[in-house]
Amino acid sequence: MSTSTIVRLPDQSTARIPKDNFITRENGLLSWLLTRDHKRIGILYLISITFFFFIGGALAGLIRLELLTPQTDLMAVDTYNKVFTMHGVIMIFFFLVPSVPATLGNFFLPMMIGAKDLALPRVNLLSWYLYMAGGILALYAMITGGVDTGWTFTTPLSTHYVNTNVITTGLAIFIAGFSSIFTGLNFIVTIHKMRAPGMTWFRLPLFVWANYAASILMVLGTPVLAVALVLVVLERAFGIGVFDPARGGDPLLFQHLFWFYSHPAVYIMILPGMGVISEVISTFSRKRVFGYTAVAFSSVAIAVFGFFVWAHHMFIMGVSNYAVLVFSLLTMLVAVPSAIKIFNWTFTLYKGSITFETPILYAFGFMGLFTIGGMTGVFLGTSGTDIHLTETYFIVAHFHFVMVGGMLMAFLAGIHFWWPKMTGRMYPEKISQFAAVVTFIGFNLTFFPQFILGTLGMPRRYASYPPEFQILNVFSTAGATILGVGYLLPILYLTWSLRYGAIAGDNPWQATGLEWQSQSPPLTENFTVMPVMDHEAYDYEWLEQQQERENQKEVASAG
Amino acid sequence: MQDSAVVAQGARNAAAMADHAHGGHPTYLLHHFNSVEQQADASSFAMWLFLLTEVMFFGGMFVVYLIYRNWYYPAFVAGSRQLNVALGGINSALLITSSFTMTLAVWNARMRRKGGMILCLVLTFALGAVFLGVKGAEYKEKFEKHHVPGEHYSLQSFLNPDSDPAAAGTRPLPLDEARHTELFFSLYFAMTGMHALHMIIGMGLMAYILFRARGGAYTAGHTAFVEYFGMYWHFVDIVWIFLFPLLYLINRH
Repeated sequence: MSTSTIVRLPDQSTARIPKDNFITRENGLLSWLLTRDHKRIGILYLISITFFFFIGGALAGLIRLELLTPQTDLMAVDTYNKVFTMHGVIMIFFFLVPSVPATLGNFFLPMMIGAKDLALPRVNLLSWYLYMAGGILALYAMITGGVDTGWTFTTPLSTHYVNTNVITTGLAIFIAGFSSIFTGLNFIVTIHKMRAPGMTWFRLPLFVWANYAASILMVLGTPVLAVALVLVVLERAFGIGVFDPARGGDPLLFQHLFWFYSHPAVYIMILPGMGVISEVISTFSRKRVFGYTAVAFSSVAIAVFGFFVWAHHMFIMGVSNYAVLVFSLLTMLVAVPSAIKIFNWTFTLYKGSITFETPILYAFGFMGLFTIGGMTGVFLGTSGTDIHLTETYFIVAHFHFVMVGGMLMAFLAGIHFWWPKMTGRMYPEKISQFAAVVTFIGFNLTFFPQFILGTLGMPRRYASYPPEFQILNVFSTAGATILGVGYLLPILYLTWSLRYGAIAGDNPWQATGLEWQSQSPPLTENFTVMPVMDHEAYDYEWLEQQQERENQKEVASAG
Repeated sequence: MQDSAVVAQGARNAAAMADHAHGGHPTYLLHHFNSVEQQADASSFAMWLFLLTEVMFFGGMFVVYLIYRNWYYPAFVAGSRQLNVALGGINSALLITSSFTMTLAVWNARMRRKGGMILCLVLTFALGAVFLGVKGAEYKEKFEKHHVPGEHYSLQSFLNPDSDPAAAGTRPLPLDEARHTELFFSLYFAMTGMHALHMIIGMGLMAYILFRARGGAYTAGHTAFVEYFGMYWHFVDIVWIFLFPLLYLINRH
């Protein structure tokens, strides 16, 4: 790895973490639990989603361990069903959906637009409590017997044929859904009404655009999931028959309602991650994002198209051939704005001065893995191949490439990128580069064999499989172990860095966003002087001039 | 004050600066907003967005309703006949009147008339309570006639209309069509139930507003909360305006 770096740290012998910042301003547990500061709420979210991530991860470990051998030897089939269901429920509703928006978005979105806080700080705190209430209820459902419908709650399985905690888990997701709605609502209002003077729409960092698009999906999609879950709960509790074929109800209607949210939900998960990648790619290649406007609008386009593709989850469920045709076409349209992003990031890198700090290593991982995940999505959006591949490990590999290879890489890129701003300290560079590489290798070893397994016809959601599939499953489980190490490492060294990391200073990456113009960690009110945006986003010349002026000031005052 | 240091430059700060000149912020201006206008803009926009999510929530149920109504039209007509149009009409009138008194409450709050505002809110609350009472009476009748979906659901009124005064004179439905009336009542209870739940939440909020209004909390110039509550109440009203014809008036020309 080349030794060139953009990192510019203050002189470590004299540098100090600023005495007054959002962490030190108030002390005690209550000052955190009752805080309305978006940064503190972001930290609360960061801790809680990490907790849920490791529960979901442990469940994933159990799944891979069971699949090490063709027989069902580690756990009973029923237990296996519950384990993969809870893995899905926790990872999707309690990790992926809130991951970037609720942590990094909460923390940085107001700072990026030059605001003192989100527009509705109390609602923001409420959304964390709703998230926790939903999460605890989901854990309670898991401990008291679990649920085994798969995370999709497909009717009539969920309404008639299982006797597990469907109602409790449904309510948990319902409550967590409100948390998501409130976060999205808060973001939209904040972006519309709280921008600093001069911060026009087309000067917004692309992270803000991406979160704006995701927020639209949260606000419009989540209530439909809520009503679908309410109807399932009513069906189970009172037998109202809306999805019961015996009474004239249509189980497929549930899937329409469910996927009307849950397909856009994958864009809720990935869009904020794409926002992170835009910031990271620009900063570490020292160039304005190529085709800023196109990248900004591609986020909105993904959000809009995202609402019209839901039935591609139901090609083999009995929707009409015409519906398949239309939804197949619309599905492929989503590939266009996604490709716009990938191409524009590539052109940003072209002739940029790239340095290889950890965040951009994760961003490279994102670009490669998301591209594979997205392209295999086109295979699945084509009805001919979908009929062969759906409900096999091909699907599992596809969405893990997008969600884990894409979103989780983006999340880690973002955490490393903004860690100095959040904590005032640098993470250790060498070991984190190592962790990024380990994650990439582990990920590919885990999920690439699953593409092959899927094309060979291994069905998903079974605890046992024919012995000829074992070798690829052994690779996959081995990869999962490496991936686990890749996720544990950041926990260890990031915790270590809280005390022993180098003092970061205001702007270690020489990045242009407004959040980097304040101290690290920031003040409770973010800025001492209200910022005025007098330049475009990602304007590195402006930054240089700014630093030049400051240097001259220092020289003048010293002389 | 920290704030006075923070507020230094920028066009939007002009209003806040003016306030400083006149001796500080109004007490209701939250610290992270620069001006009263910005705060009002942001919070009313948020309320509209919240109502949009409510539209999507009820929208899901309306879609379910429309699909089944299309599939099982005769059953939905027969089910609809079982509902009491007079009671439904009275309830519609009550709710529209309550929206009117709600608007008057907001107007009184703006005019800083505490007594008038409290009176109008009490009237709104009372009209809402009567609505729920009438709804309860309607539910009770459905329980008695075994028209509540579930194990005890009875098809008697639809297979043998003359046994039931509400259905007397109509054509009996064949068994397979009659069975779909249960879906109509499922949706009737789910939709009016969700609507009633929204009213109960609204009346809880109204009680809170009344409690605070006695101290003059909303009649001192800052009426935002009452106004946003009013928007919510009108929204609940509008949902009923859609529910009433869809459930009660199918095929009653």
